[in-house]
Amino acid sequence: MIEDIRALTAQLAADPTSLVFLRLGEALRQRGQLEAAQKVALTGLSRYPHLPDAHDLYARILADRHDYANAFDEWDMVLRIAPNHVGANKGIGFLYYRAGDRENAVRHLQLALAADPGDDGLRSAIDRLGGGGEVWDTPEAAQPEITEPLPARTPPAPDPFFGFEGSVNRLLLASADGLRLGGGLASTAGEDVSEVAAALVSGAAREATRAAKLLDLGEWRHVTVECGDLSFCLVQPTSDTGLIAAMDTALPVGQLHFLAERASKAATSWLERVR
Amino acid sequence: MIRDYKALLEPLTRLRGVRGAMVVAADDGVVVVDALMDGMKGKALAALAAALASRIVDLSTRASFGSARFIQLQAAEGSLLLVPATEQLLLVTVTGRDVPLGLTRLEMLKAAERMR
Repeated sequence: MIEDIRALTAQLAADPTSLVFLRLGEALRQRGQLEAAQKVALTGLSRYPHLPDAHDLYARILADRHDYANAFDEWDMVLRIAPNHVGANKGIGFLYYRAGDRENAVRHLQLALAADPGDDGLRSAIDRLGGGGEVWDTPEAAQPEITEPLPARTPPAPDPFFGFEGSVNRLLLASADGLRLGGGLASTAGEDVSEVAAALVSGAAREATRAAKLLDLGEWRHVTVECGDLSFCLVQPTSDTGLIAAMDTALPVGQLHFLAERASKAATSWLERVR
Repeated sequence: MIRDYKALLEPLTRLRGVRGAMVVAADDGVVVVDALMDGMKGKALAALAAALASRIVDLSTRASFGSARFIQLQAAEGSLLLVPATEQLLLVTVTGRDVPLGLTRLEMLKAAERMR
């Protein structure tokens, strides 16, 4: 494998326009060198922005990094360019499966099988899923462990937090008018508090902006609140939206900040797409 | 319960990076007692802190997250830290950048406990 990577790197250096970046990126990904793989994929994408396989490679890397929201977007992009792309349909099928949406998972895997009828592993996976089986051979694109419980209800694919853990009960994106734009929040008792929280988010964000400005603290980054049961972090993906990420108070606050930061990035790119 | 709030603020203001601390009436944002560095506007700080705390407490209560114990507004140049000490009183600290936030939080929670 190392020799392969060396040889592929040399080939790419000799001809930077070569499509060998696809093989090099995949080799690096399989070796777990995700940072390097991502650089290769992004460089290739900058040269070939409409190449489905380049987006597919990048999506697989993102999935390996557990950045499922952006992986979904990349595979979605592939399917816009090449609707029968096997890798993208497998990848999206996996993400739907991961989110607990068997129907859409099977649909995408069947599309992949239609394009590649000789893939017995895929056929067997579809059979198992259709028969209520729990796991199939994970698509070659993405092999993260499925460790967290599947959400109780599945957000629609366009949700900004699709693929995130807690996408329906721990992440909420709200508009300046107090409307829920995506995600959802639930109390520890399981009660849906999305609407009531969305109505209050923008007011809290406005106070934070005012306080930071008048106290000469510079631009505010987050408001983190430690509560009895759940802690939450309020951030602003854009100047006219507010986002709440919530987590069990017993978990480290750094983990909450990390979740809020990732969710904010996903929300920003989602807003750019939908606006 | 300690009523000498000025004495409660002292350990906070000795911490590295802390620009000031104060006790504020939670409902109207009036200064109860303060210990601020020169140039800090106590009245404005108290009003802003109470307004932010009110919004946050409202949000956490109505979302059933439990009562807010510690609030941190993190900004590029520093932080505004709030602890609802009692229903009527808010403990407020303003810090610069690169401060030991964990220690400051701990001292604030200790001070708030002594106010109850």
